Amino acid sequence: MALSTEDIKKIAHLARIEVSDSDAAATLSKLTGILGLIEQMQAVNTDGIVPMSHSQDVVQRLRDDVVTKTNLREAFQKISPAIGNGSEERAVDGGLYLVPKVIE
Amino acid sequence: MINSSLKTLAQMLANKEISSVELTQTFLNRIDAFNPEINAYIALDHDRTLAQAKTADARIAAGNATPLTGIPVAQKDIFCAQGWKTTCGSKMLENFIAPYDAHVITQFNNAGAVNLGKTNMDEFAMGSSNETSYFGGVKNPWDFSRVPGGSSGGSAAAVAARLCAAATGTDTGGSIRQPASLCGFTGLKPTYGVVSRYGMIAFASSLDQAGPMAKSAEDCALMMNVMAGFDERDSTSLNRDKEDYTRELYNSNPNKPLQGLRVGLPKEFFADGLDAGVAKVIEDAITEYQKLGAEIVEISLPNTGLSIPVYYVLAPAEASSNLSRYDGVRYGHRASEYTDLMDMYCKSRAEGFGAEVKRRILIGTYVLSAGYYDAYYLKAQQIRRLIAQDFEEAFKKCDVIMGPAAPSTAFKAGEKVDDPVAMYLQDIYTISTNLAGLPGMSVPAGFATSTDGKPLPVGLQIIGNYFDEARMLNVAHQYQQVTDWHAQAPTLDKPEGTA
Repeated sequence: MALSTEDIKKIAHLARIEVSDSDAAATLSKLTGILGLIEQMQAVNTDGIVPMSHSQDVVQRLRDDVVTKTNLREAFQKISPAIGNGSEERAVDGGLYLVPKVIE
Repeated sequence: MINSSLKTLAQMLANKEISSVELTQTFLNRIDAFNPEINAYIALDHDRTLAQAKTADARIAAGNATPLTGIPVAQKDIFCAQGWKTTCGSKMLENFIAPYDAHVITQFNNAGAVNLGKTNMDEFAMGSSNETSYFGGVKNPWDFSRVPGGSSGGSAAAVAARLCAAATGTDTGGSIRQPASLCGFTGLKPTYGVVSRYGMIAFASSLDQAGPMAKSAEDCALMMNVMAGFDERDSTSLNRDKEDYTRELYNSNPNKPLQGLRVGLPKEFFADGLDAGVAKVIEDAITEYQKLGAEIVEISLPNTGLSIPVYYVLAPAEASSNLSRYDGVRYGHRASEYTDLMDMYCKSRAEGFGAEVKRRILIGTYVLSAGYYDAYYLKAQQIRRLIAQDFEEAFKKCDVIMGPAAPSTAFKAGEKVDDPVAMYLQDIYTISTNLAGLPGMSVPAGFATSTDGKPLPVGLQIIGNYFDEARMLNVAHQYQQVTDWHAQAPTLDKPEGTA
C-alpha cells in the first residue's frame, strides 16, 4: 500500500511522536522502501498455519501471590528528574513525585 | 596478558602471578589510551571498577574463587547495573542511573567478575553498524574507517581491541554474531529463554537474547556457565537444570575429534548476495571441518529470504509497544517546552529518540493498527512458524548448520546509513535463528581482502538445535584447536603521548 505524508503524520500521532513536514517527507521515502520489502510476505500462502509467538511450547508460569520485592522508594526517588530551570534539585516533595502541570 | 584466555587468566590469579587489581588496571590503561578513538565504552568508573577488583582479590585469597573471579568483563549498556549510568545508547535514557541489577549483572557479580564499564551500542539495539548510538559511532579496531557491526558494536570493538577480557552482548536479529564476524572474535546467541532478560532493556521481547562475546569458544563456554540459568523474574526464562557448557570441550577423539558430526550447508546461504571473498573463507573452513571428521550434508532452508520481511514486521511491532513507556512521564527525557499533555508526550519522544528508533516505532504502529494487523502482524507470525519448521526438517538430516554469519566484511562508516533496506540485509543469515529461537554462533574463520586491499575478518556461523549450545561450543572449540584465526588481534598504534 502506498503511503502519503498525511498517513505518516497520522501514524506518528498514534505513536505520540511529533514530526515536522520535512521530517514526514523524509520518513515517507524510507518507510516506503521498508514496506516494499515487507510486502514480499503477501505472496506466501499461510492458510491453516498457526501463528508462532514463542519459540518454545510453554505456558505462562504463575507464582504464589506473595510480595517478593523490597520497597525501593528511596532509591527510585533519588533518580527522579531534576526540577528543571537550572535547578539540580530532584522533583520530589514529601515523598511524592512532582510532575508538570498538564491539566488545562 | 591481554591476549590470554579466561582459563589462563584464572590460573594466573589463582597462582598469585598477578592480582585482579593489576589485571584490571592493565585493561583500564588500554581503555584510557584507545577508547577516545574507538568509542567502545560510554560509561566508565575506574574507582568503582578497582574496588570490585580489590574485593575479588580478597575472595581469591580466601580460597572462595569461581572461574571468573577477578576477571574484567565489559557490559553492554543495555543491562541495568546498579549505580551505573544505563542509557541503551539513547538520549532518552541519557541521565538514567539504574537502581537495580539485571539478572546477568547479578550473575557476574556473584561469580566475582569485575565490571570494566558499559559499552556503546546502537540506540535501543536497533542497527547493524553501531552508527545509531546517541553517543556516536564505534570504530572497527581492524580499520578505523569501518564499522564494527551492530548493535553490540561497543562490546565487539572492546573484545577485538583487547579492551576487556570478555564482554556481554545481546542478539535480536544477529547483534552478537554479525559484529563477531566483522571484528573477528567468537560470539554466541543462546537458545531463546536460556539467559534471563530481567533488567535487560527490552527491544523485541520474543527475539532478544543475551550472550557471551569472547576470544574463543572455550571462553564463551565459561561465560555461559555464569550467564545462563533459570530466573523466576523473567516469565520467558526456561526452567531447566543448570548446565556446564564446558562439558563437551575436552571429550573428543584426538585424531578425528568431530567424527560422525553431520554438518548441514543450506544452499540459500551461498546464493546471490554473498561476497566472493567471504564465500571462499567459509568454504575453506568447511574443508577444515571435513578433515576433523565431519560429514557434509546439503540442506535447504527455503524460507530464508522471508526472514527479513518477517523480522521487520515483528521486531518493530514489539518495539513500538516496549518503547511506549518512554513518554517523558513514566521514563526518559522530557521536553522543556510544551503546550499540553499530548504535546509533552509527542515532543519528548521526538527529541529523545533517534531517527532509526522513530522509524521502527512508526513501522510497528502501522503494522499493528486496525485494518493492517492481519495482513502484517498475523501473517508474519505465520511465516515465522514456516521458518522454524524449515529448521525442524533440516535438523532431521544434520547435527549443526554452517554458513556465513554476514554477507560481507566490515563496511565503511556511513556507507549504508541512508539506506535502511541495505542495512537490514546485513542480518540475512542471522535473523532466521532468532525467529525460530535457536542458538547460533560466529567463529573467526579467516580474512577476506576488501576492494582497497585491507584484510578483514570473516565469521563462520554455526547454528544448533534447541539447547545444543554445549555441542556447538565443542564444534567451534575443535576448529580452534587446529586453526589460529581466533587468536589474531589488530595491531593498534599507541596514541601520541602515551607510554
